[in-house]
Amino acid sequence: MRDVLGRKGNGTGVSKRERLPKFIVWSAAILVSAVFFLILSNIVWHGIGQISWEFITSAPENAGRAGGIGPILVSTGLILGVSVAVALPIGLGTAILLSEFTRRDSIFGRMVRRSLDILAGVPSIVFGLFGFVFFSNLLGLGFSILSGGLTLACMVLPILIRSTEEGFRSAPGEYRMSAEALGLSKTTTIFRILLPAAAPGLAVGLILGIGRAMAKTAALLYTSGYVDRMPTSLLDSGRALSTHIFDLSMNVAGGNDKAYASALVLVSVLVVINIISFYIANNWLRRRIMTI
Amino acid sequence: MNVLLNRSGAIYERAHENEDRGRSLSCISTRDLSLYYGTKAAFKGVNLSIKPGSITAVVGPSGCGKSSFLLSLNRLAELIPGCRVKGIVQIGEHDIFDPDTDLTSLRLSMGMIFQKPNPFPLSIKENITLPLKEHGTVGKNELDARVENVLKEVGLWDEVRDRLHTPALSLSGGQQQRLCFARTLALEPKVLLLDEPCSALDPLSSSIVEDLITELRGKYTIIIVTHNLPQARRIADYIAFFWVRDNVGTLIEYGATEQVFNEPENELTEAYIKGIRG
Repeated sequence: MRDVLGRKGNGTGVSKRERLPKFIVWSAAILVSAVFFLILSNIVWHGIGQISWEFITSAPENAGRAGGIGPILVSTGLILGVSVAVALPIGLGTAILLSEFTRRDSIFGRMVRRSLDILAGVPSIVFGLFGFVFFSNLLGLGFSILSGGLTLACMVLPILIRSTEEGFRSAPGEYRMSAEALGLSKTTTIFRILLPAAAPGLAVGLILGIGRAMAKTAALLYTSGYVDRMPTSLLDSGRALSTHIFDLSMNVAGGNDKAYASALVLVSVLVVINIISFYIANNWLRRRIMTI
Repeated sequence: MNVLLNRSGAIYERAHENEDRGRSLSCISTRDLSLYYGTKAAFKGVNLSIKPGSITAVVGPSGCGKSSFLLSLNRLAELIPGCRVKGIVQIGEHDIFDPDTDLTSLRLSMGMIFQKPNPFPLSIKENITLPLKEHGTVGKNELDARVENVLKEVGLWDEVRDRLHTPALSLSGGQQQRLCFARTLALEPKVLLLDEPCSALDPLSSSIVEDLITELRGKYTIIIVTHNLPQARRIADYIAFFWVRDNVGTLIEYGATEQVFNEPENELTEAYIKGIRG
């Protein structure tokens, strides 16, 4: 073992004085990873035996003790679809306003940013209550996929806006200068030159937002409801995957096995969303924009 | 050898073409031009009259306001937060700070090249066609012809003709800078503002870009900011020498290149040119 200067050490790579700090940081890191692997292996251990095509496609029976999660997956997908469709344009627009049309230290910009940061820290049950009062009752959407999706959109927005704004800000200032020097309009500059540069930030914000939203059971309990039938419209109530897991493990005696299986599906979906979004950010968008 | 001969032949022909075009260019003059960042002046009271079709080199030590001067000529300085410009810049008869000035056509008539090559993260071809399309050129054949013409003008065509659709950022630094020249020239400016266009390049690329600037002489009015005195002497017809006086950039001397280098009027200029100060 040699240290950074190439000197030969005592075989452990660290001097005695450094051993304790090194031990502490390593054990902290191992502890964190261990907790993650423990949870993951617990879910896989209990859940993998029940996963089948049948489980994924069929409807739940006997309050979820038997059958599958087909309608629940569809509802979850619809809720996420609604929230992305609403959050993406609003988030992109706000991020562009903050980064391209206001100065970083302007009072307006600071106010918007501060309120977004506070919003990001609001507990999901508060969002749920807001969604229940505003979307379900005031706007009359009732317990529905639509009000659930809109509530999730509100929760996704803060993190989506902030990370997209950072994406825009990290685009080189020279692009803006030379675009101005070439007489390009602001619209062209933003959508043809800066957006490709900000795309990874946008994707990361969306992943983090969706990942977080999918797990927010409390907000969805209040807004999209409990019904585990196959939804026929966005105004139907639809049970989300996280709600299903909560219900099976807390309210249904003998529902633990299916709860584990559902949790395994949820975790797998999150991993897949992660991989796809990074792929889009790193390859597809960049290639499309650079080589037409 | 053959290549060299052909090249100088081309330069000779181009010099004649350039003379014809040069007649349509107008004089650029500044009167009492000053620029402030907040309350601090970057340069003050610059009076300068630049001959159409000539190459004028702006030289001087760091922080003397050379680059800021360049940015004030096409009003890009206004984009910098807290920046104010005072005075008059006239192109022909027109004052660019007049409220009626159309910023887009001002920027189109004054192309600008920056120190660091900064092609957009698009393909080589798109870097040229994006600004062209924005300003109304739409036909595919016309676009293709323009791309080929400007790439030939900057001597890049033979190097990139087979890979026009690859990312511009895959080019070398010198090629990227020539691409930046190409996308600017495609818009047919009358004036070229060059902000140390060679200083971020390796010596070989730098000399290629320098040759390119020389070939553009007469066709455009060129104002080039440079730190490189031998380069200024090689390419410029006129020298504008800036110096920092009382913490503010000031124009000290302006004149024909050989005169400034051989018989400078100001002793500061003499000291700077001989390498004693600056």
